[in-house]
Amino acid sequence: MTQMKNIFAVRWGIIVVGAFIGVFAALLQKMGNPGNMGICVACFDRDIAGALGLHRADVVQYMRPEIIGFVLGSLVAAYLFKEFRPRAGSAPIVRFVLGAFAMIGALVFLGCPWRALLRLAGGDGNAILGIAGLIGGIWVGTLFLKGGYNLGRSEKTYASVGWMLPLIMIFFLVLRFIYPPLADKPQSGVLFYSLKGPGSMHAPLAFSLLVGLAVGFLAQRSRFCTMGAFRDLILFRQPHLFTGLLSLLVFAFVTNLILGQFHPGFAKQPVAHTLSAWNFGGMVLAGLAFALAGGCPGRQLFLAGEGDGDAAIFVLGMIVGAGFAHNFGTASSPAGVGPNGIAAVIIGLLVCLFIGFTMRRKMA
Amino acid sequence: MGSVVDARGLSCPQPVLMTLGEIKKLGKGEIEVLVDTDTSKENVSRAAESQGWKVQDIRGEGEGYRIAIRKD
Repeated sequence: MTQMKNIFAVRWGIIVVGAFIGVFAALLQKMGNPGNMGICVACFDRDIAGALGLHRADVVQYMRPEIIGFVLGSLVAAYLFKEFRPRAGSAPIVRFVLGAFAMIGALVFLGCPWRALLRLAGGDGNAILGIAGLIGGIWVGTLFLKGGYNLGRSEKTYASVGWMLPLIMIFFLVLRFIYPPLADKPQSGVLFYSLKGPGSMHAPLAFSLLVGLAVGFLAQRSRFCTMGAFRDLILFRQPHLFTGLLSLLVFAFVTNLILGQFHPGFAKQPVAHTLSAWNFGGMVLAGLAFALAGGCPGRQLFLAGEGDGDAAIFVLGMIVGAGFAHNFGTASSPAGVGPNGIAAVIIGLLVCLFIGFTMRRKMA
Repeated sequence: MGSVVDARGLSCPQPVLMTLGEIKKLGKGEIEVLVDTDTSKENVSRAAESQGWKVQDIRGEGEGYRIAIRKD
């Protein structure tokens, strides 16, 4: 037993990390991020896709420093604690597709699991449907897992493979410095910026980046994962990750109360719609895709930071999926679901079922 | 002789599923689980302990760990 004990892998460790994310997400909102969107991995990946011009929905374009910080913070933690393990080769194309459909589902609801919790912590009752859908999707995923579903083994590989996504994130950060937002200009060099809507709302760069780095560092240490929270509870009755999720919810709620950001109700919630069936349905798709891919969007970023090239592919799938979601009119808006949102959820579920049913092998 | 579960290269929750499967199959005795990430190491240890098994030894092996768990 020569291993150093990882203090964040114990019960109180994950609670502290959940609390940190909850408090700082609420503070990020106070500092300028959109309503109930202090941190949203799906929304922020989508904003990055917009900033890069992969879609041209002009209200959701911003190079979000939080996402960059998540990956780089995790990278630093992984190196510091000798956990950087470059690995890849576990069904990368499937992970890409799962990432894309996870994003498409999340954008029908309008949020990743983190934002679902933050919406609830801000009083948005529609989030209850989203969380119920998320649990439903993950539950279906656990049935596949019990039936032998898996994506196959990854292999140890070159360090450069593990560095690819961190390098892409550093490139994004450099772009953000070279082409900062300009007053009343929708474009700065190669980057697009929103002049209205959620994409125009953001905390100061330094604050966003520092919180992102800290969350990335802590989440790498604690293995914080919102999908894993429900999956482990359903599959193993193991509440470890779930306590972290509860902690996030409670601390975000309390911080929102203190900051005057708690507004209970269903109608007119920020960046949300009230179509319950599709708040639920969108998250069933997202939850199933996360479960089949082995992690929530945040966790995929942290895994990518510690050298997991397959998680990196999932992240790129999410960014490209966001492009499709807006170009194809499948993303929702406060006005309701997009014209092709329902079709996209159905197609996504069929694709996930295909993957779940066909990729099973008993591991000896 | 205990049995060996090789969960290297597999991502969550496969290593835990495989370990719990083996625990269920054997009931008691000794199992060695091979994993290649620290997350899996922690998850497998936690899962074994939740089933009343003891983590006897964790040794670095190659790029990963060999975890010995036991129940008498």
